[in-house]
Amino acid sequence: MNNKSSMRQWFKSGDPWIWMIGGGLAISLIMVVGLLLLIAVRGFGHFWPAPILSTSVTTAAGESESIMGIMVRSETLPAQRVRESGQDIPADQPLVTRHLIKVGNRDLTGRDFVWYLDSALGELHYPEDALRIERREWGNFYGFARGLERGGEVVARGEALWPQLLQAIDRANELHQRIQTLERVEIGRINRKMEELRLERRALELEGVSGAELAAAEADFAARQAELDRRFADIQAERRELMEQSARDVLIAETASGREVRIQLNNIVMASRNNATGLLGKIGFYGHRIGDFLSGYPREANTEGGIFPAIFGTVTMVLIMSVLVTPFGVLAAIYLREYARQGMILKLIRVSVYNLAGVPSIVFGVFGLGFFVYLLGGTIDDLFYPERLPAPTFGTPGLFWASLTLALLTLPVVIVSTEEGLARIPRTIREGSLALGATKWETLWKVVVPLSAPAMMTGLILAVARAAGEVAPLMLVGVVKLAPSLPVDGEFPYVHLERKIMHLGFHIYDVGFQSPNVEAARPLVYATALTLVLLILILNLSAIAIRNRLREKYRAEGD
Amino acid sequence: MNAADKAGLPSGQQSYLPSADAMARRRQRRYLADSAARWMVRAGGGGVVVALALIFVYLFSEVAPLLRGASVEQAGQFQAPGYAGSERSLLVLERYDTLGMRHSSDGRLTYFRLEDGSPLEEIRLEVPAGVTVDSVAIGEPRSRRVAYGLSDGTAIVVDHETRLEFTDGVRSVVPAPAFPLGRTPVQVDDEGQSLATLAVQETRDGGTGLAARTSDGRLVFVRFRATTSFLTGETELERRAWTLPRPPGEVRQLQLTANLWSLIGIDDAGTLLYWDISDPAAAVLRDQASAVQEGERVTELKMLNGTFSMIVGTSLGNLSQWFLVRDERAAAGDNIFRLSRVRDFDTHPGAITRIQPEYNRKGFAAVDDAGGLGLHYGTSARTLYLEQVSDVPLRSVGVSPIDDVVIAEDETGRILRFDVWNQHPEVSLKALWGKVWYEGRQDPEYVWQASSGADSFEPKYSMIPLTVGTLKAAFFAMLFAMPLAIAGAIYTAYFMAPKLRGYVKPTIEVMEALPTVILGFLAGLWLAPFLENHIPAVFTVLVGLPLSFLVIAWAFSRLPQSLRASVPPGWEAVILLPVIALVVWGLVSLSPLIEIWLFDGSMRQWFTEIGITYDQRNALVVGIAMGFAVIPTIFSIAEDAVFTVPRHLTQGSLALGATSWQTVTRVVLLTASPGIFSAVMIGFGRAVGETMIVLMATGNSPVVNFNIFEGMRTLSANIAVELPETAVNSTHFRILFLAGLVLFAITFTVNTIAEVVRQRLRERYSSL
Repeated sequence: MNNKSSMRQWFKSGDPWIWMIGGGLAISLIMVVGLLLLIAVRGFGHFWPAPILSTSVTTAAGESESIMGIMVRSETLPAQRVRESGQDIPADQPLVTRHLIKVGNRDLTGRDFVWYLDSALGELHYPEDALRIERREWGNFYGFARGLERGGEVVARGEALWPQLLQAIDRANELHQRIQTLERVEIGRINRKMEELRLERRALELEGVSGAELAAAEADFAARQAELDRRFADIQAERRELMEQSARDVLIAETASGREVRIQLNNIVMASRNNATGLLGKIGFYGHRIGDFLSGYPREANTEGGIFPAIFGTVTMVLIMSVLVTPFGVLAAIYLREYARQGMILKLIRVSVYNLAGVPSIVFGVFGLGFFVYLLGGTIDDLFYPERLPAPTFGTPGLFWASLTLALLTLPVVIVSTEEGLARIPRTIREGSLALGATKWETLWKVVVPLSAPAMMTGLILAVARAAGEVAPLMLVGVVKLAPSLPVDGEFPYVHLERKIMHLGFHIYDVGFQSPNVEAARPLVYATALTLVLLILILNLSAIAIRNRLREKYRAEGD
Repeated sequence: MNAADKAGLPSGQQSYLPSADAMARRRQRRYLADSAARWMVRAGGGGVVVALALIFVYLFSEVAPLLRGASVEQAGQFQAPGYAGSERSLLVLERYDTLGMRHSSDGRLTYFRLEDGSPLEEIRLEVPAGVTVDSVAIGEPRSRRVAYGLSDGTAIVVDHETRLEFTDGVRSVVPAPAFPLGRTPVQVDDEGQSLATLAVQETRDGGTGLAARTSDGRLVFVRFRATTSFLTGETELERRAWTLPRPPGEVRQLQLTANLWSLIGIDDAGTLLYWDISDPAAAVLRDQASAVQEGERVTELKMLNGTFSMIVGTSLGNLSQWFLVRDERAAAGDNIFRLSRVRDFDTHPGAITRIQPEYNRKGFAAVDDAGGLGLHYGTSARTLYLEQVSDVPLRSVGVSPIDDVVIAEDETGRILRFDVWNQHPEVSLKALWGKVWYEGRQDPEYVWQASSGADSFEPKYSMIPLTVGTLKAAFFAMLFAMPLAIAGAIYTAYFMAPKLRGYVKPTIEVMEALPTVILGFLAGLWLAPFLENHIPAVFTVLVGLPLSFLVIAWAFSRLPQSLRASVPPGWEAVILLPVIALVVWGLVSLSPLIEIWLFDGSMRQWFTEIGITYDQRNALVVGIAMGFAVIPTIFSIAEDAVFTVPRHLTQGSLALGATSWQTVTRVVLLTASPGIFSAVMIGFGRAVGETMIVLMATGNSPVVNFNIFEGMRTLSANIAVELPETAVNSTHFRILFLAGLVLFAITFTVNTIAEVVRQRLRERYSSL
């Protein structure tokens, strides 16, 4: 009885409700931190050289089979669910534990990720000489190295094999690098020159040049074409030569089930013996892989390799956007705060501008596609690039339109932040300047704007952080899953505003949801997400830091 | 050298002040700079504001053409080429709008220039002597196929093809008539009776079907297929003929579907007849339905593009659309269809004399004997244009394949040529927001299906599935986010220790900057499979977490005073952190056991058994992920609102003896409620427009329901999926812009309301 009334008393005091709403906050906090941790653990973990396990599996037919690979994850679920998916589970077993093992060797078995029931797996071993090879095609290989073959004969075996193999891989990689450079830079340059030639010819046609002039031009074109053809042939020959050299060595390896496999060394990115590597070696390897990831190009439909073009595209786009958004945002803010007549209409305009920050980004994308790409871009093509039509130059999604759309999207952020900064400048400072005889513009330019510069910085950083994470509008105005070339290179005019770009956020969407091999792509998506999150967190934290310092500063001066 | 020297002061006098002159000049320059700056800032700043307004204006200008009807302008008239005096004619146009073709009922096909009607080429059919042309039939416009029925039971089939020729880079369209079944007549009626009424259709594999009523009232059906011999390269004509069940009345018009499975006819009494001829040897008259009222006759019957729908025109100028609907009463598995009257169009002033369907849409043109020309559209049930264009009855009409020219021939053999703008007939308010009976469906429905591979596809542009999907996603997101965010905001602003608050607020606010593509990816690739594997945990956590809070709170209140005092006030949330982690972990681990214990090992299976669809990527996943994205928005604004409630109000309440919980519910919440409302509104606005999360965490199927375990497709995700693929300025393109405009309008309104409420609140606080 006493208990009951004290319970009622306790509820009446409101304490339980305070705990409840505290719980609400705690849930939110756990979600935020948990999410960041999840991304960090999965993202960073991807590069760590995991131990390579080797074990035997009892198949449904009762045969035993050796497998080798890396444990990806395990789960426990009701046996009924596994039975639904067609596997045979004894009726008396209520729960099933199963493991997802990355067995690699996609070229041999057809699938590189396989679920195994815990009960079917034998004891796990971690053989010292287990080998993991990252290949340019067909994903990873797991097995044992047996020998190195050069020109048809085996040159290394046993103890001597491993150091020789590493050396040979280094050599093959170097050759591969040179071939890549040839293909990306030299051949690309010649292709562009040929395209230029074609366009010049087309321009002449459009101008209606004829007679002797045309003949002269034609002769010139023919000479240049011949020169280009010759250079192209040279480069092709050089490339062929390098290819032959890089195909010199072959690794003879053996899978866990004893099958012999020959792997061309020019197909190997990296080889490692995870189980035999010490901690220091592992750390070195880890750093190496992160470096490769950040600076490499994607392979195998973006599910392997690096994300350098995506990082580069994101950064370039954001830079161009900053160049566009800062002057206009600041100008608009100065206008709204200092020059426009204060009143009801201005209030309305201000609310509208602020509200644009809440308009869905996809709407900006729709506007960008219709207005910038089709209307403005189409007009630019008609006026300046008639020789390229019907292939559009600016009349198609591209870097510039992506930047411009994002600039429009982030304009309210910059305006709001700058206005806040302008409003924070104490009246006394302005009045001091005016009292000394400065004009309004001089006061603004020499006193107010420099003082509110940090606020503008904050706005810009927030805008950049928002732009870097925005994906939906970019899908409409300029981002592609695989761009053939970077938007900035050594060719005139150096920054190619009309090119399509790759983007970190879109990369996540594309690799995670459009790729044929989701399981293989998953770690890469986590790593990409981590890169993006880190980028944005750093930007945001610096914006917050700047804002706080700014507030402190004026609190002291203003009072 | 100083300014004074330059100004040329008398020598010996050394002044460091600029001369009056120079100062005046300088002042002038400064004022000039000042006013220049003023204008620059005004122009630039004003320009930015205008540019932002332009977004709205531009979106609207893209959408506006949807609302326009058709405009028709007469562009010329000329005497019909080869007009002989009294014959009936069929008019056809080709896709470059340079040539017209006229089939006349005396067996001639005339190609003429559309510009002035001058004849280019006239083809006389090889009609044997003593035989007359008794009927002319036209197939689906796309097939360009016309059949002439002769009085000896034979027919000639001709394709009014054209060909492109380039001479010196100039394109010209030249006549290229073709005879798929040969120039000489082919036998249709084995008994050699005259073909009084004829129907022709090209099949999808290039064959030809002909159906006819002979002058003695029998129905015959013939199928031709041209096969090219593999060895000799000779073309051989394969012919199969059947006699169909005799019609009850006198059949006036016949139409075949392109698959040659159905034959539609209309008789003297205005009854629509439907024969199932999918097995011609066992053809049956499946259904009949009257299409007219007392004293009305059917004067014209045509099939729309795709040959699913029939358009019936009557002597009173009525137009109605019919199609075959699967009979639900019939035994399952039977493909029994019934004729259904689907919709009616605006009534013409006179009897309908000719209907001509459009080439690749579901529209048609109709003319009547009062000189009226009408443009109508099936799906949207719109009559886009209906005017009297001639004083003389019109007899025939032809429509350009690109729908921008219409020609009509009147009784006197005069052809009128019209330029037409009719870009978006598919759209009407009803087609966008109402239930529409689409071809091949059993009932009017809300469907979004904008494109398909087939040419004869009927686009389905109902905005309802997308709008419902948007609201569904936003609803579940708010359901998840609102309690957590508001509870968190009140706790942080009012109960939490100030030092903690300094850490907690930025942490949650940083969440807002997290790219939604990351949330979407985690939701789709991690959360969705996780939830699918732990469905019971969803429910147990929902109940278990609040219970565990209460248990901890109670246990804490039972602790000895000394222990309790060691925990400073405002640290409840921190104590709960490990509790939540433990409880959630425990319940998730228990989940498989619960599944075995209560649901026979598979809750998904159980859902299916009780009739609930379960998609892996469903509204629950979206709700959690999007709720996550919305929490910081709501939290941040609501926290501000609660925190800025004037101190003297709360202190007054506490001084009067209220507990702090009473103060919160009776004073703080009441005062801050407008702020919390505006926080919720802004959060809602964000949830409505969010794209990536929905795109990645749902199956994107446009369904109309509120089942939490099914997916949805939202307006924004739909734009992201479809806009890059659609043709510029097509109806689909503009409808997607309309979706963008709707999103813009919703979020802008919601945000404005929120902003106004917030400003009011600020004013009220300052007066308190």
